[in-house]
Amino acid sequence: MKYVDEFRDGDLARRLAARIGAEVNPARTYRFMEFCGGHTHALSRYGVLELLPPQVRMIHGPGCPVCVLPIGRIDQAISLALDRGAIVCTYGDTMRVPASQGLSLIKAKARGGDIRMVYSAADALKLAQAQPEREVVFFAIGFETTTPPTALVVRQAQSLGVRNFSVLCCHVLTPAAVTHILAAPDAQRHGRVELDGFIGPAHVSIVIGSAPYEPFAAGWHKPVVIAGFEPLDVMQAILMLVRQVNEGRAVVENEFTRAVTRDGNRAAQAVMDEVFEVRESFEWRGLGVVPHSALRLRDCFRAFDAEHRFALSYQSVPDHKGCECGAILRGVKRPTDCKLFGNVCTPDNPVGSCMVSSEGACSAHYSYGRFKDIPVVAQPA
Amino acid sequence: MPVRPDYIRPLDFKSGRIDMSHGAGGRAAAQLIDELFLRAFDNPWLRQGNDQAAFEAPPELAQGGRLVMSTDGHVVSPLFFPGGDLGCLCVHGTINDVAMAGARPLYLAASFIIEEGLPLSTLRDVVSSMARASREAGVPIVTGDTKVVEQGKGDGLFITTTGVGVVPPGVRIDGAAARPGDVVLVSGTLGEHGVAVLSQRESLAFDTTIRSDTAALHTLVADLLAAAGAGVRVLRDPTRGGLATTLNEIARQSGVGMHIDEAAVPVLPDVEAACELLGLDPLYVANEGKLVAVCAPDVADAALAALRSHPLGAAAARIGVVTEDPHHFVQMTTRFGGRRIVDWLTGEPLPRIC
Repeated sequence: MKYVDEFRDGDLARRLAARIGAEVNPARTYRFMEFCGGHTHALSRYGVLELLPPQVRMIHGPGCPVCVLPIGRIDQAISLALDRGAIVCTYGDTMRVPASQGLSLIKAKARGGDIRMVYSAADALKLAQAQPEREVVFFAIGFETTTPPTALVVRQAQSLGVRNFSVLCCHVLTPAAVTHILAAPDAQRHGRVELDGFIGPAHVSIVIGSAPYEPFAAGWHKPVVIAGFEPLDVMQAILMLVRQVNEGRAVVENEFTRAVTRDGNRAAQAVMDEVFEVRESFEWRGLGVVPHSALRLRDCFRAFDAEHRFALSYQSVPDHKGCECGAILRGVKRPTDCKLFGNVCTPDNPVGSCMVSSEGACSAHYSYGRFKDIPVVAQPA
Repeated sequence: MPVRPDYIRPLDFKSGRIDMSHGAGGRAAAQLIDELFLRAFDNPWLRQGNDQAAFEAPPELAQGGRLVMSTDGHVVSPLFFPGGDLGCLCVHGTINDVAMAGARPLYLAASFIIEEGLPLSTLRDVVSSMARASREAGVPIVTGDTKVVEQGKGDGLFITTTGVGVVPPGVRIDGAAARPGDVVLVSGTLGEHGVAVLSQRESLAFDTTIRSDTAALHTLVADLLAAAGAGVRVLRDPTRGGLATTLNEIARQSGVGMHIDEAAVPVLPDVEAACELLGLDPLYVANEGKLVAVCAPDVADAALAALRSHPLGAAAARIGVVTEDPHHFVQMTTRFGGRRIVDWLTGEPLPRIC
């Protein structure tokens, strides 16, 4: 397939792997966090991890939109569908995230909740227009990638005067999460891991640009390389990170120049700023309460804010006691360090959020990589 | 004008709809059967007009052959999609399930659950397609049943088909028969059916030239068995859940592992592109006219040649081998050169969002 195969070329991959292998200092380890679930998925799905030298350890970050969605927020969406009779529209991945009382959106749907999977926020607005007698709530999740479309739809709903449409806004901010991981205010509880660099987000960076990562390079002295989601992008970024570390540099570099600029998409930023404002704080699943890390609708769009419209109050719900998602999202533990992993917690029956989406660290390892944990008897010829 | 004692106004296929009386067992129900089903499926067994079809034992039985039976409910939405419709799908699906035992399919039964309000023209189109598929395959529909449910209690039309077939003496095909060292073949390109149906979903509609691969595979199976005989150990059609699910099922049932080579798995570029856009993996997308064959290594070449010389197997490929593995993992060498598991499907195949 044109424009895709070029970025999945096995020969180039082997050559890049050889280059990384030749350039790493055998006496040290390189701990790189790929922030995005999209990168985690690419690393696992294409078997990139297998091609890397043992000195390079990839730590899967919290950049998976459904993984960081706290139980309390899903409970709100479920209650809108079950108790308030609203039609709740959401992106597919959100359907299976475990919530309170053994529920999830998909299970709430089986109990009679009118919950629908949509491909875009615009579909939710169309539904509201088609069914003016029903309340339609768009359960808006995701990082800066999915935020501009939500903003546009809210603006559109206002100009069209749609009265039965609102948004349960759970949009979160990438730079705030990176800062939280670096500052590790809860290191006593979760421990901390020293990172040698970051692979910066692909699609998020198209929107926000590369400039917001500059403080991590300058202030925390961490190299950042923004990379696309194709496996060769990720390998090239790893090579660039290895070189920065070897040369003692810490700057923001951009591997994904075919899409990302320093300033990002100004029009998208403007519409986000028009519709949303930053919340004081927001609870992230696994990371806990992170200051200035999420968005809510501005007062002038209040009529479309589901929290306001339905007078919702937020109830924080603790994760399962044995769940290590918090430590795993910070890179302190690996999925296999968790007692629940592959035991009571599997992709079919996720306990923790990292097991829900294929972009989650636990699910990616379980679905694509768990053969490495167990010696396989016979290798194929 | 004289009274015509047996007159009944013909069914209005132009603007008529199914109503509750069509399922009530009265004259309307009898009329639907006579004017639609009997006419379309017409064959001696159906013409007997009994609640069951009685047929002679096939000759293979006397020589030690075995009977097989399979049933399958078909609930596809939308009813019509590029390359097929519910009608031909429900015929092909059951013929294939019977054929995957290495059997010669003999007869089909069909049970219709129709939602009140379904246009008669829609029902007729589906039934005509069934009739065509059954005639082309040479497998008659010999008995059936019709029920009507109230509006909102069914999604237009559900059809369950049941098939009976006979396995020739000496043929033993079994999901538990794969052994380490065996070769894994597929009969053609993967994922067309699932993508063709998805492309028609209301919430998703996109333009594509991809057509469902729905087809009856019994003649392909017959050619394969003629060429590779007892060396064919497992046959299965990778329908829901796709190739990945089928391989995992066989691995578990046989107590073995598998190793496949991604570069060898045939997928049409259009299917790959659609999957890329929708965040799906073609390995997990449904097929309705493909089979997976596990063969002994010494017959693999002959089996592949037999598949390729049949029109339904022209793009057949050798995709991997059976391994010894107590964990029954299906592993894959990616085109990229790494290795990963091809796991069971989790939940619905939901597209990723970012």
